[in-house]
Order: sequence, then structure tokens, then C-alpha cells
Amino acid sequence: MTGTAQAPLLRMRGVGKSFLGVPVLRDVDLQVRAGEVHALVGENGAGKSTLMKILAGVHRADAGTVELGGARVDFDHPVRAREAGVATVFQEFNLLPERTVAENVFLGREPRGRGLRAGVDARAMEEETGRLLEELGLTALSPRTPVRALSVAEQQIVEVVKAMAQSARIITMDEPTAALAGAEVELLYRLVRRLQERGTAVLYVSHRLQEIFDLSDRITVLKDGALAGTVDTGATGHAGLIRMMVGRPVSAVFPPKAEGTRTGGVRLEVSGGGNRWLDGIDLRVRAGEIVGLAGLQGSGRTEVAHALFGIDRFTRGELRIDGERVAVRSPRRAVRSGLALVSEDRKTQGLALHRSVLDNGRLVLDAVMPLRSRERARRLPGLFSSLELVARSPAQEVRFLSGGNQQKVVLAKWLAAAPSVVVLDEPTRGIDVGAKHAVYTLVRRLAAEGAAIVLISSELPEVIGLADRVLVLRDGRIAGELPGGAAEESVMGLAVGAAPARAGGEADR
Amino acid sequence: MSAPAAQRPTARPGLPRPGTTGLVYLALLAVLLAGAALAAARGQELLTTANTVDLLTRSSLLGLVAIGQTLVILCRSLDLSVGYVMALSSVVGATAMAGQGSRIWLGVAAVVLVAGLVGLANGLIVTRLKVNPFITTLGMGLIIKGYLDTRYKGPAGDVPAEFQLFGYTRIGVVPLSFAVMAAVAVLAVVFLRRTRTGVHMYAVGGDAEVARMSGVRADRPLLAAHVLCAVTAGLAGLLIAARFGTGSTLVYSSGYELESIAAVVLGGTYLLGGRGGVGGTVAGVLVLATLDTVFNVLGVDPFFKDVLRGTVVIAAVALYARRQVDRAATPPRFPPPPLLPPLLHRRTGGRP
Repeated sequence: MTGTAQAPLLRMRGVGKSFLGVPVLRDVDLQVRAGEVHALVGENGAGKSTLMKILAGVHRADAGTVELGGARVDFDHPVRAREAGVATVFQEFNLLPERTVAENVFLGREPRGRGLRAGVDARAMEEETGRLLEELGLTALSPRTPVRALSVAEQQIVEVVKAMAQSARIITMDEPTAALAGAEVELLYRLVRRLQERGTAVLYVSHRLQEIFDLSDRITVLKDGALAGTVDTGATGHAGLIRMMVGRPVSAVFPPKAEGTRTGGVRLEVSGGGNRWLDGIDLRVRAGEIVGLAGLQGSGRTEVAHALFGIDRFTRGELRIDGERVAVRSPRRAVRSGLALVSEDRKTQGLALHRSVLDNGRLVLDAVMPLRSRERARRLPGLFSSLELVARSPAQEVRFLSGGNQQKVVLAKWLAAAPSVVVLDEPTRGIDVGAKHAVYTLVRRLAAEGAAIVLISSELPEVIGLADRVLVLRDGRIAGELPGGAAEESVMGLAVGAAPARAGGEADR
Repeated sequence: MSAPAAQRPTARPGLPRPGTTGLVYLALLAVLLAGAALAAARGQELLTTANTVDLLTRSSLLGLVAIGQTLVILCRSLDLSVGYVMALSSVVGATAMAGQGSRIWLGVAAVVLVAGLVGLANGLIVTRLKVNPFITTLGMGLIIKGYLDTRYKGPAGDVPAEFQLFGYTRIGVVPLSFAVMAAVAVLAVVFLRRTRTGVHMYAVGGDAEVARMSGVRADRPLLAAHVLCAVTAGLAGLLIAARFGTGSTLVYSSGYELESIAAVVLGGTYLLGGRGGVGGTVAGVLVLATLDTVFNVLGVDPFFKDVLRGTVVIAAVALYARRQVDRAATPPRFPPPPLLPPLLHRRTGGRP
């Protein structure tokens, strides 16, 4: 059943794209027919977003061709793509919260009236918006409501209406349900089906298998920037799809456990932890143990790190460090209680880029434990060399260091404070293989020294290869626990909510 | 078409909440009433003819400047050169008129041209050279100040008697200058509602990237706002000249740049752009002028007046800020249980 009856509306062929020499897409083909709901799936970092952005005119492909309705196109700006009938509903909305629905729909293309209604014709905009909303069966939404008063689902509707007003032929939705509550998902479903009835093609990017099987006609799977295949939705099942998404050969070699690593008493314990983003988080990490946190983007991994560290703290449940109940109300408290957080974004959250290597290394000491800082700072040169930090001198500004070396400075900063619990959020993002290995070795060594380690990473092999246990998060809850070395497939299964795993009994809201 | 779930009343059409502009007018009314009551308590009258005329004249001058400032602030920019543009314009206007009634229009045209050019320069520096508007207009103000200080050692030019009427004529208690200001305000409101450039000012100020992604040429509204702002400051300069009978270089020390920003913010326009309007600004101007009048009637120490004014502006902005807390944040996945309903429940349950 490969589209012989009907020429595809969109045909992308051999699309490739690199960022700073790193290939993120290689030779990808994608065909979408008119009136089709086409799902685009893949792990974090599989290249879905890049492919989508090429289609939307945000990025330009390095290789390959894009055809729309048989004609070759090459969008150099999102506005060109929109004009050609390609609309994209990004996760961050392109709406002005202070303006009304109608004003947003017609932004940049305001109709002008004649005679008494000369100038921008607000009434015409409202009428046309109302007509489009009606066409979608959404008469409850008023064109005159300011967008800030709308829920996330309603804002998505406005984006879709904006696309329709520009007579979009294909609408891409980037994880549209990521921020939706249960009832709103239903609204979105109907919206997608209505678009389909109108003959609009929908390219639906999502992680959630349920939605993909509910909505799509065909599924294209990306893996590591390459095409893993396109299948008819009816001809595949959850397990088959997951198999297509994961299962790459293990490329990285992870260092073995450091000698003398012994699992000791519980150092970090969270029971029933929850806040605005998380619920029912139970987590116990022993001395010398590495616990991995896996999950899709937005599943709550970083939120756990932030909650532990007092940035967006747990408002429910209990947190104990070394058996003692602590109330971590601020990062300062967290550091005092023996926690360290290597944050996701080292450039904005981990380093003072214009200060020297040494200043950055002393940052935590000086700020939180000034009395003992000089004594402890003596450890820094030793830490730098054991991390194999490459810098011209300790006085060099960190912004001149490579990503890997910057990360080593962040690690040294925390190690100088001798923490008992270390939380690492994406510690190897954007650093080269050699530096990755240094980070892995360090994590092992920290465990051997008796620290309790929480490791968060989007790279499944990393979590599986390093952690003693892996907790999988989904929608802010723990979806299940797997032993270290578990198959990528089972982790992915829990993350997307497919496998009937141990914790799978809980109903998806 | 079956869509009952979609009919869930998600949007809230119908009666809009009193907008910020409405609130400012309510505040104006409150200030007037409170002021009148305080004055009455001392056996005085607040709105005597003299006081009203004074209040409205004061408002017309600040109003002209603040209307232009509103446009600039809506675009998420700022103009700190308005005071200097006023001084420059009063001199340019008065010298061009040179005391002859026939040259009035020449003077007006010269002011519009010179002020417009200053605004254009401001706008071009902000949009093309990407210099922060704070620095741009501060620098522009200093340049004009330097020019005025070296070139003119005192009042300059001569305004013909006919044009001085602009400063002193009044219809009933309403000064002509106030009517002119009101007319400019109406024009500005229409401009913001009915022209694409005006509508796009809100877009650019709200989120320049969103505007750009929607095909708006983001530079144009910003340029237009800076030009129009300088031109309204120029009109204010003309009004000064009409009242003084001559061009006055020292007006720049009267602090109009900050007072106009205070009026705009008091009128409910976000200092960060994208929301607000001229209607609120006019009310903000009137509130400030009323406060001045009240302080005068009550004989408040002039220095302490500034303390009170500053307090009012800060309090107003703090109030607006409260109204928009968390508006932009994504809704939580696990919202905290509402605090109020259980309490109510308990209470009603307690009393059978």
C-alpha cells in the first residue's frame, strides 16, 4: 500500500543536515499524502525536530530535496514556508498573549476595509476567525478573547486556525499533547481528525504510542538521524515500533566499576515526593550506588533534579539525606545538606563564563562554606589534574575552554565541596567522546568514594551502561524500575507507556 | 456535528473584566474625590476655575510628550531624549517664527521636520545599529543639550502674539492646548487600532520574534514610534514657546522624560511593551496633574510632593504586576489542591 494511487503532497528525499560538522540527519526520505495523518517518531535526538524545522524553513537542508505538490521548494525563512502552505505548530507558541485570538490569527496579514471601516478591519478579522473556528466545531472559543486567557490546548487551536487562515496544506505538530491534560487531548484528537476531513495533511511528531496508534495512518521512524522505515499504522504494533526506534549497536564502552566500590547505607531517600510537575516520586540511593533516571523529554527528569536541589522543591513527601530529614528550600540549603547538582545547561547555570578556571572552581566553596573555603580550595589543583583538565592556566577564562573542559570545571567546583549526593543532569551533553569517557570514569570514582549518584541522561546507552538501577519517568511519575544493563527496548517501552511493566497498572490520565 | 466536549465553555466570552485602562480612570476618579474631600475638610475648594485651568494646561504639556512615549514603550523601546527635543523645538519654532504672524506655519513645519529627524535618527540607531534604546536616546539627549548649551545662552527667538494664543486661549475651562492634546490622543488611538503599523507596534513590543515569524517587518513600527514620539515632543516644545513667548532652552531640566514614562506606566502600559494604550496614558497624565493640584491646594512641601508622586507610581506598578503574576507560566501538571473550596466546604458543613 505504498502511495501509487495518489501522488504525495510532500516528498522529502535524501535530506541531510549537519550542525558544526556533526551530522544530525542523513539521507532521510519522507512522503506525506493529502488528508493523511502521518506520525514522525524516534528517540530523543533522533532528528525529528531538525527534519521538522527544515520543512518549516527554520533550518536549510545541506543535502536532499523537498517537493510540495510536485514542485520543488527551498524555504529560506519560516514566512516563505507559511506562504507555500506549510504550517508548523511548535511547542513554544508563536502567539502574542496580550492580543486577541483574531488579532493573532491575522497577525502580519491584517485585512483592510473601505469607507467607514477604512484601516485595519477588526470586524472582518473576527468574523473570519469565527467562521474558521466554527468549521472546526469549536464555537465555544471567542475570537475576541485575549490569548493569555486560553488554556494550552486552546492556544494550539489558535495556532491551527492561524495556519488554516493562510490555507495551509500541511500542518506539522510538534508533540502537541506534551503539555495537555486528559480532557484537552480529546479536543486535540478531534481537531486533527477535522483537519484530515478537510484534506489537510498532518505531520504529527510525538513520543506517545497511544496517540500515534489512535490518530495516524502511517508512521515514519527516525533513528540516530537516519530513516529507520515508514510503516502503515495498521500493519504494526507497539512492540514492533519500539524495536524500530531503538536497538542500535552499543558504540560507547563504559568503564567498569572502580575497584573497592561497595554499596553502603542509604544516603538519599525520597518518599512520595511531588510538586507542580512531579507526583509520587520514591527514590532511594545508597552510598556507592549509581541510579539512572531515564525518560522522554518533558517526562520530569530535570524536574526531579531541580526538586532535590531546592530550585522547584518538593511540596509533598519527604526528603532524607544520610537518614536525616531535610527541608531543601533553596540551592544554598541543598549544598549545605551535602547535595551537588551538575546542571543540564553548563553555560547558563553551571559557570561564570567570564571568570577564571580557579574562580569557578571556588564558586561553591566561597559562596556556601566561606569559613573553610581556603583549606578546601587546596584540593582544586589536584581535582583539575585528576580530571585531566586542559587549560592554559588556572587564570584562563572558562569561556575559552572546550565544552568537555568546561564540564570538568563544573565537576571540580562540586567535588571541592565533597558532596554526599551528586545529581548529574545530562553531564555529557555536547562534549566529545574523550571528555565523555573522563566524565564516566569520574562518576565511577565518585561512587567508589561512597557518594550516592543520580544520573540523568537522554542517551539511553549511557544510563543503562553506567547505572546500577534505572528508574523510568513518564508524565511526572515513575513508570517503572529496571536493573542496570537492561535492554534499551524495555526502557523505551516504559518511557512511551507501551510495555505492561510492573508499574504499568496505573491508568494514564 | 457532534462536539459536545468541545462546547465545554473553555473560552470566556461576554463581559470583559474591567481592563487596566478602566482601572486607571477609576483611580483618577478616586484621586479627584479624595482630593476634593481633603480640600473641603480644610475649607477649600479643589476644582476652582483657576485650579482646573492649571490642571488641564499642565496635562496638555505632559500629555503630548506621554502620548509619543506610549507608542515607543508599546514597541518595547524608550525615549529619554524627549525633554531635549522639547527644548530644541521651542527654540527652533520661536526662531523660525521670528515674531511674525505670517511665519507661524514655517515655525511649525520646521519643528515637525527637526523633531522628526531626531526621532528618525533615534529609530535608525536602535533598529539598524542595535544600540539599546536607553543608551541611544540618552546619548541623543546629550548631543542636543550640548548643542543648545553652546549655541544659545538664554531665551531665543520670538513668538508672535497670534501663536501665543495657542498657549492662553481657552473655551470655558478647557484650554486650547488641552483640546489639541486630546485631538492628538484620539489620532494616536485610531492609529494604533486602524493602521497596520499601529497594530504591529503591539506585536513587535509583545514578542519581536513572533512578529517576525508572522511576516511582520519588525523595524517599521519601531521606527514609526520613534519618529512620532519625537514629533509629539516637538509639539510640546511649540506649546512651551507659545506660553513663554520665546524659545526656552532650559526646559530640558524639567524632567519630562521621566515624568512621561511615569505617566505611561501609571496608565497601564507595560514598560516591557506589547500591552496598553494611549487612553490609559491620558488618564495617567491626569492623575499626576490632579495630584499636583491637590498638593498645591493642601500646601504640601514641594520636595515632599516628589516623594508622594514617586510612591504613587511605584504602588500603581506593583498593583499591575500582581494582576499578571504567573500568566505566562505553563500550567502545572499536578496543580496544588485549591485552598479555598475545602475551607468553604468545611464551613458550610460545620453549620447544618
